[in-house]
Amino acid sequence: MTTATAQLGRLEHTMVRSPGFWGMMLLIATEAALFAYLLFSYFYLASMATSPWPPDGPPKLDLVLPNTGLLLLSSGSMYWAESGIRSGRTARLRVGLLITLVLGAIFLTIQGIEYSKKTFSPTTHAYGSLFFTITGFHGAHVFAGLLMIAVITVRAFLGHFRQGAHEAVTNVSWYWHFVDLVWLCVFTSLYLSPHFG
Amino acid sequence: MSRYPILPALALAACEPSPSYLRPSGYVGDRQAALGWVLLLIAAFVIVVVSALVIAAVYHRRPAASGSMRATGGLRWIVVGGVAIPAAILLATMVYSMVVLAQTARASTAPALTVQVTGHRWWWEVRYPGTESSEVVTGANEIHIPVGVPVKLELSTGDVIHSFWIPQLAGKTDLIPGQRNLAWIEADRPGSYRGQCAEYCGLQHAHMMITVVAQPRGEFTRWLAAQRQPATAPTDGEALVGRDLFVRSACSLCHTVRGTEAGGILGPDLTHVGSRRMIAAGTLSNTPGNLTGWIENPQASKPGVIMPAIPFQPNQLHAVVTYLRALE
Amino acid sequence: MATVAPPLPTAAQDQRLRRIWETKPGLFGFFGTVDHKKIGKRYLVTSLVFLLLGGAEAAVMRLQLAHSNQHLVTPEQYNQLFTMHGVTMIFWYAAPVLSGFSNFLWPLLIGSRDMAFPRLNAYSYWTFLLSGLFLYSSVLVGQSPDGGWFAYVPLTGSAFSPGLNLDFYALALLFLTISATVGAINFIVTLFKLRAPGMSINRIPIFMWGTLTNSFSILFALPALSVACVMLYLDRRFGTHFFDAAAGGHPLLWQHLFWIFGHPWVYIVVLPAMGIVSDALPTFCRRPLVGYTAVALATVTTGILGFGVWVHHMFATGLPPLALSFFSAASFAITIPSAIAVFAWIATIWTGRPVIRTSFLFMAGFIVLFVIGGVSGVATAAASFDQQLTDTYFVVAHLHYVLIGINLFGVAAGVYYWFPKMTGRMLDERLGRWNFWTMFLGFNLGFFPMHISGLLGMPRRVYTYPAGLGWDTVNLITTVGAFLFAVGVLLLIANLVRSRLTGAAAGPNPWDGPTLEWAISSPPPPYNFAVIPTVGSRHPLWEDRLKEGARTVLAEGPTLDQEKTTLETSPLDAVLTDVLRMPEDSLYPVLHAVGLTAVFYGLLIRSTALSLVGGILVLALTIGWLWPARRELEAES
Ligand code: HEA
Ligand code: HEA
Ligand code: HEC
Ligand code: CUA
Ligand SMILES: [Cu+2]
Repeated sequence: MTTATAQLGRLEHTMVRSPGFWGMMLLIATEAALFAYLLFSYFYLASMATSPWPPDGPPKLDLVLPNTGLLLLSSGSMYWAESGIRSGRTARLRVGLLITLVLGAIFLTIQGIEYSKKTFSPTTHAYGSLFFTITGFHGAHVFAGLLMIAVITVRAFLGHFRQGAHEAVTNVSWYWHFVDLVWLCVFTSLYLSPHFG
Repeated sequence: MSRYPILPALALAACEPSPSYLRPSGYVGDRQAALGWVLLLIAAFVIVVVSALVIAAVYHRRPAASGSMRATGGLRWIVVGGVAIPAAILLATMVYSMVVLAQTARASTAPALTVQVTGHRWWWEVRYPGTESSEVVTGANEIHIPVGVPVKLELSTGDVIHSFWIPQLAGKTDLIPGQRNLAWIEADRPGSYRGQCAEYCGLQHAHMMITVVAQPRGEFTRWLAAQRQPATAPTDGEALVGRDLFVRSACSLCHTVRGTEAGGILGPDLTHVGSRRMIAAGTLSNTPGNLTGWIENPQASKPGVIMPAIPFQPNQLHAVVTYLRALE
Repeated sequence: MATVAPPLPTAAQDQRLRRIWETKPGLFGFFGTVDHKKIGKRYLVTSLVFLLLGGAEAAVMRLQLAHSNQHLVTPEQYNQLFTMHGVTMIFWYAAPVLSGFSNFLWPLLIGSRDMAFPRLNAYSYWTFLLSGLFLYSSVLVGQSPDGGWFAYVPLTGSAFSPGLNLDFYALALLFLTISATVGAINFIVTLFKLRAPGMSINRIPIFMWGTLTNSFSILFALPALSVACVMLYLDRRFGTHFFDAAAGGHPLLWQHLFWIFGHPWVYIVVLPAMGIVSDALPTFCRRPLVGYTAVALATVTTGILGFGVWVHHMFATGLPPLALSFFSAASFAITIPSAIAVFAWIATIWTGRPVIRTSFLFMAGFIVLFVIGGVSGVATAAASFDQQLTDTYFVVAHLHYVLIGINLFGVAAGVYYWFPKMTGRMLDERLGRWNFWTMFLGFNLGFFPMHISGLLGMPRRVYTYPAGLGWDTVNLITTVGAFLFAVGVLLLIANLVRSRLTGAAAGPNPWDGPTLEWAISSPPPPYNFAVIPTVGSRHPLWEDRLKEGARTVLAEGPTLDQEKTTLETSPLDAVLTDVLRMPEDSLYPVLHAVGLTAVFYGLLIRSTALSLVGGILVLALTIGWLWPARRELEAES
């Protein structure tokens, strides 16, 4: 790059985001639309329902509340890791990523336990189909996020990232925060809203 | 006869009776057709004007070319032609079309009669509800209504989505699983009005016709009374044989003939099949020959139809047909 | 006149840049190339083949419908024909053909050397191709989709469609979704990051506004289709109940999801084509487009309003009149932006000095057909009258006037306009005139009568119709016209093939066009621009004639001839911000797409093993793809 830049003289460096970052933002945008349509489907069928909705009462919150906290925590640890490498602290990056990995994994496990406790299945009724599809879609995104984090963790230990050279970390962290945000929407729609009204 | 000027192209078809909603009869049909003509005339007008403008724009005389290229100008075109005029036209038509929508959404007066129509692949079940079972009439593919009064239709489906449509009487209303749609029709001239399923519903979507027969009040009440009767017991020998064959064979699994043991519900009620003009949802006219052919092999005239071919000896077949013909 | 006769690179420069940018010959180069020009041409050719396939299906349909009570095809075959026809044309022709133009032109229009994500670009082509082959493999087992292109449930549920037909439909569309999505992201990022210095956002061609709007619409509309198709597949495969009224689902959920996607999509497949006209028409009128800003805004507005009209496809479903009125009004409103575009074009012709070439003819025809299709759309937008029009041939007429009128005619105009740039050869003008007039007359002869058969009460999607209803004559005329039109399309293909081999040499700028792509040789060298230009106006090559003074600099500037790099600039006013390293050719895209194909076939034949293998392959390839090359790490240190 040095030779190329040489021909250009001065580069006007304003706070610039890389194409990769733009790509991630647009991916997040279209994924957000995806979940919007899933939740639209949920509320549409709820509004058309002739029998009680959800069929067997509002979902229990005993497991999901702590689990939600867990996921929010993982956003925190992710932020901690990413801000670490922004100021060049490689060790903090590695630790932060590992913590996030663990928290995310626990989230999925607890969600699995909650699934096993459900009295209905995706084929019981439309509500069941929606519940498992929406939470399942989100779970799949958490899983994808964990894979990304796993990869950058490896790269972090290979010493790929330095101050000012950690684009992958930034993009993945954005994705992870997005996945958490989606969970808050799913949580309020599927778990909380049935408790009010 | 149309009460509106006939498009030259419609004239093409004028010789034949076409079920065009531009030749309406009755409250809803009239209003929708009137709106239709307005929209079509506006469309024609816009097309002519714009096409003319395009041609003129290419060929109109121009001042001699100067050296440089024209960079600006022409914005007035957009303001006037692109915004002002269309906005005016569109606003007016929009208001008009909404008035019509409001008018046609509800019956002009309280409906005199309610008919329940159920869509099946690929035929229409028509039910006249009554307070006691003896009053209930179930027929197929033919709705009789009294002239000049609004008739309420309760539309539901037994399988997939169909769409109820009698072009000359009213626009479409879909028959959708899990929801009961209401529509209403009113014919101001006696006669029969052709209708056809308008939502793609599979193999025989093309052969899912229905006829509305509008009759003077008296005629209609007589028809209804006749339909309420159970099947007329056959008198001559062959018809009797036919009935037993019908009741004992597979037929009775799918067809009902009130007054006999035949109580199937997969197919049309045949109690008064003899009185219908067409069979198999408007696919064949109701003649002995067609009836025979139909029973011999329904798949021939309506490939994919739910009704299987039942193996009969020719004489048995003849007996069954004689019996069905007798079900006036 | 420096701006008119751009400098050609010196032999030395040319050699250096070619060594960096040229695709390696041989199989690796064929499967691994990331050159946007190659990919763009592949997109165009592939989608034209799909046009021929869809057209062949239509030709059979027209024979069957030429007369009442015909038995040329069985009902089953007919239903597969019209479904495959619609699906092919809408998804594998109309949208991809425009991506073809965008792919080829995008970097040329903005003075860049490639797309922002060249490998993703190749990937979107391979997934497009393979999803299409996946769809057409259904023909081999005789179980092509037969539920209509919008596949209403419950007819398309497993209860009434047990075969593989609808599984092919749902999975092929999901597959294609991936291609369209990555493509859209690539166009947006390229537009905002890779424009040559000085090319501020208000200087980009209208075609780019069209594709930009279309890309955003794709990102926000396509997920609705994905969700619908996933639900359909789950209902069919695992017995979930999304659309099952008996278990708390609802058939209308499908219709809402489909049309929330569906209406934006119909603008997705025309906005770039309208852009083609907005950019090519001025060249032949020898003046800039009238009302650039108005047209650009109209384009974006159409895209946004497009999300607010979907219920006009559901006017007969028994929704309350209030709801119908709202969406009816929105559908009326959406005509205004279109009207703005139409009158901008007319004004451009009127106040300009038109030079009549085949491309111009197609654009003039385009305007007329657009208006015919548009006003029939307005007729259907009137809810109460649409309850008569819907599901009749009137709608079939409408959709062909808009789709063929604004997509196919725009595409033809674009082909005649840019073919010289793509191949270095001119298309034959005489053949071109024949081509236009057969297509234009054939089209109107074939499709105008559809309005009438619709008004005569002929429903769509019927494999035959009875005699004596006045439908025979119009249908016969339709069939004749359709075949005349088909001949026109074949003439276009013929002209393409012939001129490709023997056409006259084009030279850099045969039409004396104003935009950057005409500043370089035809066909463009692998590296596009030897010198990255600095743009000073909307019409770099017309500045002298527009008396704007030569503000654009084509002669000197960065040559970037050391490494595979291009310039990165700021999103709005395009000030230089960085130099980007561009990836080399790579097999990852094609292999990744193949892995996906395995996944989808696994889902189709219900073989978890196959899906798993494909999935793992995809995963591994993704990691490999994104793993940084050694030099990047060094560059960063
Ligand atoms: C190529 C894509 C395309 C485009 C651009 C359009 C444009 C429009 N469409 Fe169309 N439409 C389709 C593709 C498209 N459509 C398809 C594929 C279907 C069928 C789907 C199916 O069922 O299979 C369909 C169906 C369809 C329906 C549903 C019909 C039904 O099934 O019952 C409706 C109803 O409102 C509609 C409306 C409109 C309107 C109002 C416009 C407007 O955008 C048109 C605006 C343009 C103009 C009006 C012309 C220019 C304006 C002027 C010259 C100004 C003067 C004009 C007036 C004053 C009127 N369309
Ligand atoms: C861009 C979109 C597009 C295009 C270009 C076309 C092109 C054509 N369509 Fe279109 N059509 C649709 C989109 C399109 N269609 C859609 C979305 C539907 C709705 C589907 C549904 O209801 O689900 C539809 C439905 C539809 C119907 C209604 C079917 C029904 O409801 O029963 C009919 C009937 O005539 C028809 C006819 C034609 C014809 C004659 C052409 C002609 O333009 C075709 C011209 C011919 C060619 C372009 C090919 C020329 C070459 C050959 C014929 C031989 C060589 C072939 C090979 C070498 C393979 N189409
Ligand atoms: C598996 C069910 C089934 C059996 C068995 C069956 N039918 Fe049918 N039948 C149908 C259905 C369904 C229709 C409606 C077909 C259509 O119009 O699409 C029908 C239509 C008819 C009609 C036309 C009715 C009308 O008004 O359109 C007649 C007559 C008829 N059947 C007679 C018979 C006779 C006689 C037999 C026995 C030999 C028989 N059917 C056996 C299902 C059956
Ligand atoms: Cu019933 Cu179409
Ligand atoms: Cu629409």
